[in-house]
Amino acid sequence: MARLSEHVSPFTPRWRHFKDRAATVAVTAGGSGVLIAILLIFFYLLYEVLPLFSNASMELRASVDSPFGEAPLHLAVEEQTELGFGVFADGTARFFVLDTGELVLSEGLAPELGAVTAVAAEGAEGRLFATAHSSGSISMYSHEYRLTYPGGEQVVTPRIERHYPDLALDFGPVPVVKLAVGDNSEGLVVAVLNQAGELRAQRVNREENFITGAVSLEQEELKIPALGGETAAFHIDENLDWLFRVDKAGGFTVLNLRQRDSNGYLQVVSQGELFTGGGRLSTSTMLLGGISLLAASDRGELAQFFMVRDGEGGNYLQRIREFDTGGVVVSELVTEQRRKGFLALGRDGELQIYHTTSHRRLLSQDALPLGAGAAAISPRADALVYVDSNGDLRSWRIHNEHPDISWSALWNKVWYESYDEPAYVWQSSSADTDFEPKYSFAPLAFGTLKAAFYTMMIAAPLAICGAIYTAYFMAAPLRRKIKPMIELMEALPTVILGFLAGLWLAPLIEDKLTAVVTLMLALPVGVLLFAFLWSRLPLSIRSWVPEGWHAAVLIPVVILIGYLSFAANDSFELLLFDGDMRRWITTELGISFDQRNALVVGIAMGMAVIPTIFSIAEDAIFSVPKHLSYGSLALGATPWQTLVGVVIPTASPGIFSGLMIGLGRAVGETMIVLMATGNTPIMDVNIFEGMRTLSANIAVEVPEAEVDSTHYRVLFLAAFVLFMFTFAVNTIAELVRQRLRVKYGSL
Amino acid sequence: MKMINEQELHSDRAPGVKSWLRSGEPLIWLNGAAVSVSVIAVMGLLLLLAVRGLSHFWPADVLAVTVSYQDQSRELLGEVVEEVEVVGTQLEGAGIELQGPGPFYQRTLLKQGNRDFLGTDFTWLINEQFGERRFPSDALVIERLEWGDFYGYLRGVSRFNTPEVTVAEEGPELTWQALQELIAETDAVREQIRQIERVEIGAINYELERLRLRERELEMDGALDAAAQADLASLRAEQEARFRVLQEELYVLYDSIKDHSYSAELADGRVVTLPIAKVVRAYQPNAMSIPAKVGLYFERLWEFLSAEPREANTEGGIFPAMFGTVLMVILMSIIVTPFGVVAAVYLREYASQGFITRTIRIAVNNLAGVPSIVYGVFGLGFFIYFVGGELDQLFFPAALPRPTFGTPGLMWASLTLALLTLPVVIVATEEGLSRIPKSLREGSLALGATRAETLWRVVLPMASPAMMTGLILAVARAAGEVAPLMLVGVVKLAPTLPLDGNYPYLHLDQKFMHLGFHIYDVGFQSPNVEAARPLVYATALLLVLIIALLNLAAVSLRNRLRERYKSLEH
Repeated sequence: MARLSEHVSPFTPRWRHFKDRAATVAVTAGGSGVLIAILLIFFYLLYEVLPLFSNASMELRASVDSPFGEAPLHLAVEEQTELGFGVFADGTARFFVLDTGELVLSEGLAPELGAVTAVAAEGAEGRLFATAHSSGSISMYSHEYRLTYPGGEQVVTPRIERHYPDLALDFGPVPVVKLAVGDNSEGLVVAVLNQAGELRAQRVNREENFITGAVSLEQEELKIPALGGETAAFHIDENLDWLFRVDKAGGFTVLNLRQRDSNGYLQVVSQGELFTGGGRLSTSTMLLGGISLLAASDRGELAQFFMVRDGEGGNYLQRIREFDTGGVVVSELVTEQRRKGFLALGRDGELQIYHTTSHRRLLSQDALPLGAGAAAISPRADALVYVDSNGDLRSWRIHNEHPDISWSALWNKVWYESYDEPAYVWQSSSADTDFEPKYSFAPLAFGTLKAAFYTMMIAAPLAICGAIYTAYFMAAPLRRKIKPMIELMEALPTVILGFLAGLWLAPLIEDKLTAVVTLMLALPVGVLLFAFLWSRLPLSIRSWVPEGWHAAVLIPVVILIGYLSFAANDSFELLLFDGDMRRWITTELGISFDQRNALVVGIAMGMAVIPTIFSIAEDAIFSVPKHLSYGSLALGATPWQTLVGVVIPTASPGIFSGLMIGLGRAVGETMIVLMATGNTPIMDVNIFEGMRTLSANIAVEVPEAEVDSTHYRVLFLAAFVLFMFTFAVNTIAELVRQRLRVKYGSL
Repeated sequence: MKMINEQELHSDRAPGVKSWLRSGEPLIWLNGAAVSVSVIAVMGLLLLLAVRGLSHFWPADVLAVTVSYQDQSRELLGEVVEEVEVVGTQLEGAGIELQGPGPFYQRTLLKQGNRDFLGTDFTWLINEQFGERRFPSDALVIERLEWGDFYGYLRGVSRFNTPEVTVAEEGPELTWQALQELIAETDAVREQIRQIERVEIGAINYELERLRLRERELEMDGALDAAAQADLASLRAEQEARFRVLQEELYVLYDSIKDHSYSAELADGRVVTLPIAKVVRAYQPNAMSIPAKVGLYFERLWEFLSAEPREANTEGGIFPAMFGTVLMVILMSIIVTPFGVVAAVYLREYASQGFITRTIRIAVNNLAGVPSIVYGVFGLGFFIYFVGGELDQLFFPAALPRPTFGTPGLMWASLTLALLTLPVVIVATEEGLSRIPKSLREGSLALGATRAETLWRVVLPMASPAMMTGLILAVARAAGEVAPLMLVGVVKLAPTLPLDGNYPYLHLDQKFMHLGFHIYDVGFQSPNVEAARPLVYATALLLVLIIALLNLAAVSLRNRLRERYKSLEH
């Protein structure tokens, strides 16, 4: 063809030739456009997903030599990373410009109480901190900031706010060297270690008068029993339940802050060794949320612990996961304020960034100018500030957008905080800021496969049997009617199937469960019985119905069986299940029953998938060359033998291809699952419970996910997984079909 | 096919059970049953939709009944929605004392309406507690703008807070007439109000917003001098003056209807007075003749098709959803047709059949198999946040930070669905092209036409029915697709249609309503699912009808096309 037009071209004017060329170019471009479109989808999804798996990076932001002369006892950064904040041993709290070290505000902290001997921040996320003074008194403050925009420029105004000004917390006269503080709506717990090595604690209960709104504080001393070893560190959890105490040798003791023994001392709940490698404690801290304890040994061990219920009403401190430091001895741990991540500063100037839930090390850098000093991370975790013992100020920019995802956290069991064992959980958001997002694809993928499985259980037999009958046995005039009708089903919007499944089928099945089960059993039996009786009928009657019209004859039979099943529902239910099959299932079988369950999804999605499988399988069987079956029949095989021995083996790739495409459709279907299940991400094969699929999860959560957040990208990853799955399934199906076409061609 | 073996043919006696089983006959029957079940499922589904969807508009008779239970009795008035049979133990489990012998009992779901007085629209009753069933001819049903339907007995009508007619004095006939007249009057005023609020004030608001944007644009260009400011201020003042006039008019109109009321007696004997301004329609179904009911049936059906939704979409019509669906589908067609046809022409007419075409075919098949939600996610991320965000930066900086195209809207929805339906058009067009006999192309080329001319003058015209088929199938697919639209532009309630009288008339950046999403939203997100259910069935039926019609049109076009070229195939 191509050559022909070239031979003609010498006689055509130039512009015709040009037009021809232009058309060729345009059409070729348009054709390649399809390929580009699919590549675009692939690469765009990949582009959104990849940042999830990229590591963190950092760069030096500012370096100021010795603006302070000493390291502060406590260091913090405000939200906009413009100002830094430090509490110094002389009892002053200073706000300074991060990039220049220039002092903005300096304020003495309760100078009447004496110099500051120790400072402790309350939790990772707050701005509240407690200071211990040389007199043994404790006072509490927070550093606060106000943003204003005079003349369009952002100005941060800092101030110090005193908390509990009227509360006298006194641990004197021995000076305090270390303290820990926990504060929540019910009160305050302060624990201190004094110079004599004595651990003491006080609880302050806050009570609010409902009528007047006046707050009264009630103070009590918590008596700490004698504990072996020398106290190295101690922490208080967020709920003010536990006091974690670690001795220098790495032994830990957990005290219950709410229970006393017979002598009035706090009860010891759990004791043991923190480190398996036998090292001594190097440093420890509480992770954001105040549930997990992080501890590092002087032999390079770094691990996370939290309290777990033992099933008998008791609690113990469980080693949750350890982090591979690569031999670095961690000397300081800095926790992030919005995520469950933390920074580990090594003894020799190493810096490592970790995330606990995803169990990832995101960055490991050596030889930074870090030494004994104070470190702080900004609230948005985008800046690290460090003041060394000379008072030199250094800050770094940190790029660490998505530490909370890793391939193993997506697919394996993860031991989440406050869980008693590792689990697969999908729980992407909550009202709390210190919430640990749980991104496990396992329950979603499980739900997807569960839905697809029950769908295929219902669709595959119906579609394939239907295809076999329609293509091989059905009379041609009937086939011309039936085939378009079943194919028309494919065009039925899935939103309608989902709506019927959720609002009509689900209550119906719940109400008439016995009838549904009866129907599934009675249908094949009834049809076989009818067929047998039919074969007993005299030939004269049977010949009224032409060959290949079985299906039409069966329609009233099927309707009758269906009607009888439903009519007998109540009687059967009364007879067998004491009038309520649903209750019987729950109480006798111990299986929970949701109204919107996998059975409903299976039936509804089966309706959506049947036409797909049917159409492809029917085509494959119908186009098996006729001479093959004629040959078989001529050799004396019955039609059924011919079908099983010759036709189906030849057409099997086509049937397989249909099943694959049907599976692809079942996996990706959104509306039906969205409407016909409860959308709870559970992992249970129970046919009477619901599920949450990848696709429905995307539909539910994408509109609420913040653009480019981890959650948003994880949902893109879910879409990418769906894309790749259907891509693989469809490509296999298409390749099989192409091969089949070649095979038929050669027959 | 031959299914009776020789033995059977020659003897009238049926074969034994064993040989019957061995013949494979039972399995053939089972396969046949699979077809029957599928057919019954399709037909049953359509029948269910049709029955439930169409019966909603029928003005059902209103039942009045006394329900007595444990020495207490109450009067109820309402429509019977359904009656079901339950096992007594289930009821006893719920703590209800039963009188009858059992074991089965009839329960009735009654739509009693009057949500403002009774709390719930629907109530389940046990039939054995019923007294005599009555169908009083003066039972009144009022469809209202708020609180759902009202059921009761008309007692009087007041105009401007003064009683005009009462049943006790003037009789039921006159009162009923007065009520209907007043409703008609109020309705006319309400239509005027709607016209002013929606169209005229809408246009003013739109104009004011454009002035604001122009001011911002000038400010950003640094061209906002005193003259421009004065100019803008005068334009603004002009609009505001118009607004004040209209507002005055509105006050007058509102005042003219707000003091009309009707009083009616509830089933329990309470007499209540309610405003006529909130009445859509009143009728007395028990007194209506069949032709009158048929008339009302079509009136309500028409309202469903042509009116806007009310009461969180659970009542009223679905016109904006229909309009949005159609508009989106038209835009999608405009985008998808050229691309699909060109791709098909490339595959069939230009590309050499080899590795590349095979890859493209696999790509097309894959595009068809990619879950629709993935298109939605792609549309949201790529079209809306990426392309839309860039467009906003380039062309609509004045409106920022409020996004113009960087937010879900009509254009992105059409584009996403165009991508989704591309394979449908390609496959259908290719099939059409493959049916055109080679001899025709060769004839054209032999007469000296170039390839492009052959394509344009011979091949494409002949393939046009196939393209139409593809397009119709694409439209059918797009009309029923919901999952991606939820992400790229559909909302449960759009205040205005995306096509109106304000320049530039077609608002591609607006969000719109869609029939499929309407079904999902009303059926699953609505506060009163029970009341909304009939409407959802009706909407579903409408959607199925549209899609079935489009598909049937495609099938018949395909068949006509085949007939047309049969003669050309030698």
